Amino acid sequence: MPVFNELLFTVMLGSLLLGALLSFLLQNKPRLSILVGFSFANLACLTGLVLGPTLLLSKRSLDIILPWSVVGANLQFSLDPLAAFFISVISVLSLSVSIFSYGYARAYIGKQNVGVLGLFYNLFIFSMIALVSSSNTFMFIFFWEIMSLVSYFLVVYEHHDSRVRRAGFIYIVMTHIGTAFIIIAFLLLYKETGSYNFAQYASLTHDLSPNVKTVIFILITLGFGTKAGIVPLHIWLPKAHPAAPSNVSAIMSGVMLKTAIYGFIRITFDVLGVGPIWWGVLILIIGAVSALLGVMYALMEHDIKRLLAYHSVENIGIILMGIGVALIFISYGYNDLALIGLTAGLFHVLNHAVFKGLLFLGAGAVHYSTHTRNIEDMGGLLKKMPWTGFFFLIGSISISAIPPFNGFVSEWLTYQALLAMGSAKLGVAMNIMGPVLGAALALTGALAAACFVKAFGIMFLAVPRSIKAEKAQEVPLTMLVGMGLLALLCIIFGVMPYMAIQVLSPVTASLIGMETIPLLGGYRWLNVTPVMGQGVGVGATSISPLIILFVLVLSAFLVYLLINRVSKFRKARIDETWNCGIALTSKMEYTATSFSKPIRIMFRAIFQPTREIEKEYVLKPYLTSRIKYYGSIKPFFEDIFYRPQLKFILKLADKVTLLQSGSIQLYLGYIFVTLVVLLIFAG
Amino acid sequence: MLRETAIGAYQIFLIILLAPLLTGIIKKTKAFFQTRKGPNVFQPYFDLYKYLQKESVVSEHTSWIFRVTPLIYFSSMLVVTAIVPVVATHSLLAFTADLILIIYLFALARFFLALAGLDAGSAFGGMGSSREMAVAAIAEPAFMLPLFTMAVAAGTTNLTGIVQSVVTGGEGVLTLAHLMSFMALFVVAVAETGRIPVDNPDTHLELTMIHEGMLLEYSGRDLALLSLGVSIKQVLIFTLLANIFFPWGIATVFSIGALLTGTLVFILKLLIIGIVMAVVETSFAKTRLFKVPDLLLGSFLIGLLGLVSKFVFRG
Repeated sequence: MPVFNELLFTVMLGSLLLGALLSFLLQNKPRLSILVGFSFANLACLTGLVLGPTLLLSKRSLDIILPWSVVGANLQFSLDPLAAFFISVISVLSLSVSIFSYGYARAYIGKQNVGVLGLFYNLFIFSMIALVSSSNTFMFIFFWEIMSLVSYFLVVYEHHDSRVRRAGFIYIVMTHIGTAFIIIAFLLLYKETGSYNFAQYASLTHDLSPNVKTVIFILITLGFGTKAGIVPLHIWLPKAHPAAPSNVSAIMSGVMLKTAIYGFIRITFDVLGVGPIWWGVLILIIGAVSALLGVMYALMEHDIKRLLAYHSVENIGIILMGIGVALIFISYGYNDLALIGLTAGLFHVLNHAVFKGLLFLGAGAVHYSTHTRNIEDMGGLLKKMPWTGFFFLIGSISISAIPPFNGFVSEWLTYQALLAMGSAKLGVAMNIMGPVLGAALALTGALAAACFVKAFGIMFLAVPRSIKAEKAQEVPLTMLVGMGLLALLCIIFGVMPYMAIQVLSPVTASLIGMETIPLLGGYRWLNVTPVMGQGVGVGATSISPLIILFVLVLSAFLVYLLINRVSKFRKARIDETWNCGIALTSKMEYTATSFSKPIRIMFRAIFQPTREIEKEYVLKPYLTSRIKYYGSIKPFFEDIFYRPQLKFILKLADKVTLLQSGSIQLYLGYIFVTLVVLLIFAG
Repeated sequence: MLRETAIGAYQIFLIILLAPLLTGIIKKTKAFFQTRKGPNVFQPYFDLYKYLQKESVVSEHTSWIFRVTPLIYFSSMLVVTAIVPVVATHSLLAFTADLILIIYLFALARFFLALAGLDAGSAFGGMGSSREMAVAAIAEPAFMLPLFTMAVAAGTTNLTGIVQSVVTGGEGVLTLAHLMSFMALFVVAVAETGRIPVDNPDTHLELTMIHEGMLLEYSGRDLALLSLGVSIKQVLIFTLLANIFFPWGIATVFSIGALLTGTLVFILKLLIIGIVMAVVETSFAKTRLFKVPDLLLGSFLIGLLGLVSKFVFRG
């Protein structure tokens, strides 16, 4: 099989490069360019979907040595279980997105160069696949940088808009700050061990001093954290995601952020090995804070893509909570309990890719037919775009962690991991922290549900709030197929989580030496059962979403039959909405702003909302002719964290201008002085 | 196997049957404290019958979400009924469901009900949905934390496991942690069942309402399903309170005698909680919506103290 797998890998990377090239060359025939570009992407994703799971199920790694070497590092792709898992995640999302893009990209014909879109889109997927397959830090950084640059070009694709350019600028600055930390960490690793190779680190880092390890850990937490969007390094996300085309946002949010999670897992689990307890605690708390603040800021957004971007911050937080618990247990030596947290985190990586991809595609579809991203201008879209609405609803339920969809299962595992922290013998502080952070996760989940009631309710229900929404139409078939695939996966992973958890087995086995089989329980294909701490459990807890779905559907069906027999009237009468006797207009509906108002006021300490009301009167104070309302929340992190730094840097730059005055005589003077000084020292 | 299924079915039947009665008893008790005569305790059954005889009127602006919501709401409650141990520690779906799932099934029901509130386009519905989701969000951590304390003490989130562990006097029974968790959950139960001081179940068309706002557009059989569903949810939350913290009297073996005792004790516990709720409702005024977080924060802190005392004082 290795030869076959090697062929698949080559075909995958080759077709992405070919797709990029052909799409660019065919830019004068935009329709053909779209067809060719995204078809090659689809081909690549299909091969990835064969390759990833095959590797995982065969539990073997695949090494592909390239015939070149750079500064002593052999160029080699190494597809171990972790890489194979991420290749599967990237492929599954990119496949749906590429199908969606056939229809979606047509909106750009005549406005933008679609050849460039195809070029960068293919290169983007290429760089992510190559990144997770890299066998050494050198290649990792190389592809990481390509990924960052290509995604920058995709973010600024609609560059005629100055806001887009500005968003792109913030993105590229933030992402390079992150990259700088990662490069420093990798150089430090090389200095201490003399190797670039991930596979060799495990044995080499064993006798590194704890201080060096800690420095590296902090550096990669900052570096990968910037890319993943942890609070307070998240500010680029809500700017870059809305600026990019929706198919690109889906991939950026769904999988590009996950490459940072990949890097983090690779370095902490594989390279650094067992660390002190506070590493895990730090990650766990960063995760909880990101999850909570992410969802809270999401609630305040009315731009659907900004809202979704903040939810990425939330979900990255949930993923990190799972990983943090796993790190804590590993430090204590309870690898069997670490399994729950790690599986929860990795499973949520997959789930988030699926449902967030779906939601971004849904947002793209809505934008495609209404030309607006402001949910206050939408409404009633479920009747105009029934399928898009249905898929978006599935995504909304999944992201709110409501059973029987996929988000629930991974959050359930995260809860179990946190509660295991409560029952295992870890000391009082840890025992208390687990359940308390569980409560924080509960708050996050409930706020996410509130946010998606708002998003779905305001966008798709009731009466259209603008002409744009009134004129909306269902999107082309390819876009629906792309969304439908992801919606189907939300259900499949929700009711049959064993499929995903089983595939994760070799990954966890390679990272912590434990297979996920105990998590699947006695009836393997039915139940998910986490194992609680040794000697603390009387009976294992298990859930079976499949049975729950079955019972739910069955009881709904029976109740329907019964009520049809009992009640006199089969059909409902259609009539007006009761509105105190006045005809209902869309102006009277609840808006997104009013929907989120109770939460804005309850958490006013965090949001610090401000509002201004201007009234114009016909007859003061009785007859008002118009009211203007401005409301905003304080951009806390921009004000507290970034603005002072920005000011400092600008000030510093001011001082530096003294040296760099623009006068060539002065520069010649510098050279002369330098020369003299050097001569003195050399002599 | 057959016997276990029969007991599970019996519990579901019992809860559905008792749910409207409990609503009636609480109403009657409140009337007593307000020196009114009050409606007959069986009035909720008559109401359900009446709704079923009426035609359902649906707004022209609504979508299919509005139509499926009563079914989804009711069946989620039915599924929870099949999970919770009522008169016996056993339940139909205990082997495949746990506490967290129950809370998220409530969330499923709430999610659709809130969407349905927005669907008709009237401001009342939107107001109800918005407030319901906000209150539910801040109630969620206070709801979960006491349950987590009990789950950690029992070493499982499985309800049957927790109930068995408390019944057999496992770790941490009747300690400070246990009692404080109960208090915390009691406050949350007030919020979750939409009672004063959080919400007023008796009001329609006032700007103070939360839950009733979402039901405003419903009529006929849809309303029947939803109001029975709401009654069932109330019984379920009281059952959680009763059986997690004071499960004594519950049938641990499958004998007719034990089941009979279990049923009687269960009804007694429901009555006590119901009457206490009625007393609470009559002795407090409804708080302003933005004071509700203070109440729930208080309940969360009690729950937190319970958790801390569990570990610090070992009980």
